[in-house]
Amino acid sequence: MSSNKESTARTLVVALIVSLVAAVFVAGSAIYLKPVQEQNRQLDKQRSILAVAGIGGEALSANDVQALFARRIKAQVVDLATGEVNASLDPIAFDPLKAAKDPKTSEALPGNEDVALIKRREQYTTVYRLEKDDGSGDLEALILPVRGYGLWSTLYGFLAIKPDLNTVVGLGFYQHGETPGLGGEVDNPKWKALWPGKTLFDGEGKPVVEIKKGGSVAGSADAGHQVDALAGATLTSKGVNHLLTFWLGEQGFGPYLDKLRRDGV
Amino acid sequence: MAKQASAAEVLFKPVFDNNPIALQILGICSALAVTSNLNTALVMAIALTAVTAFSNLFIAMIRNQIPSSIRMIVQMVIIASLVIVVDQILRAYAFTLAKQLSVFVGLIITNCIVMGRAEAFAMQNPPGRSFLDGIGNGLGYSAMLLALGVVRELFGAGKLFGHEILPLVKDGGWYVPNGLLLLPPSAFFLIGLFIWALRMWKKGQQEPAAFKLAPQVKKD
Repeated sequence: MSSNKESTARTLVVALIVSLVAAVFVAGSAIYLKPVQEQNRQLDKQRSILAVAGIGGEALSANDVQALFARRIKAQVVDLATGEVNASLDPIAFDPLKAAKDPKTSEALPGNEDVALIKRREQYTTVYRLEKDDGSGDLEALILPVRGYGLWSTLYGFLAIKPDLNTVVGLGFYQHGETPGLGGEVDNPKWKALWPGKTLFDGEGKPVVEIKKGGSVAGSADAGHQVDALAGATLTSKGVNHLLTFWLGEQGFGPYLDKLRRDGV
Repeated sequence: MAKQASAAEVLFKPVFDNNPIALQILGICSALAVTSNLNTALVMAIALTAVTAFSNLFIAMIRNQIPSSIRMIVQMVIIASLVIVVDQILRAYAFTLAKQLSVFVGLIITNCIVMGRAEAFAMQNPPGRSFLDGIGNGLGYSAMLLALGVVRELFGAGKLFGHEILPLVKDGGWYVPNGLLLLPPSAFFLIGLFIWALRMWKKGQQEPAAFKLAPQVKKD
């Protein structure tokens, strides 16, 4: 047997069989485990939403997260162009990221307007309302999905703002591929703690929030809009700045926020 | 084959006598990266043990069929498949830990311990013994990882498995943590100290000096 083991035909056959078996094995496990992984991703997203809204922590168990999310958070699908709430789309089944890839439910962004470098923007997206715990249904915080390109990857996250639609409650990213230790520091709790209390807009409703080397200068007029950049991660910092400018501007949630300002939250 | 080692020897020798990290100096990269707390260290240890054991098992099962010209790539295919499966399982059942371990689970593919045991042991030995050898080397790696994890988490963060052991000053306790221990370089110092201690205990592991300084003599 070992005499013809080294023949070319034999080598090819062994390579083919090993590859086939390995491929079936890998594909099988990926498909079999997919539903559980999908659940985890949903849970991670919910956890991230609760965390930016300031009412959740890493310590919560999976059940607690789901229960808290169901009790306090109300999801709504919003038409980004008009700011109208679209009641016909189910916020649980609707996937804005999938919609952004489909030419029928998204629009291409011209280069000069695409400051967040996301190429296509969905027509409808899901926003989350954190409602007061007293059953009145009053808004406690509004959580907007944001995304944009950093240095290596698109950062996906949430921005939570107060009912004045100007003050930040929290900013956090649940998925990105930035360099660990540099751009990856967007996950650092110390950096995230710089965000609450910052204001996003100037008097005319233009987004002016800025990530700046050195952070805010005490006493300057713009101090309330400025956040210190990440050391060693200029492009990630710029990316975060751009994605906020984009999503708070006319192409993003501008019309929706305008409408809320007019009609009340 | 000159002398067959017993099953117990195959299984336990790599823990102290032939530790993959301390003696063979393999798998250092992941040992630096994942040991800042015990949870990730333990998961990584289990993942690597499982991969080494099963890659040894499967490679030993087909060792007589593998043509030597594509030996390495066949080993890599098997190891890579196993690593992907382990990664998928972690993502399904230990999502937060999988997120913390990020690339390091994927990098088990390039971990020299797995490849080294496949090439050095599984290619010459029957499946059962190869499986034990894989577990043994995994245990050796695990022992080192857990030792590093205990020291780094206990003295760096005052915790073990996330539970407070030494109350920190910032939480009103008395312990001032050593922040260096949470950074990867500290694992280098610790691995060095562990190797020194191990070689003091087991003198047989001491290597002969690679060269000797000649005495300084005055030429005239």
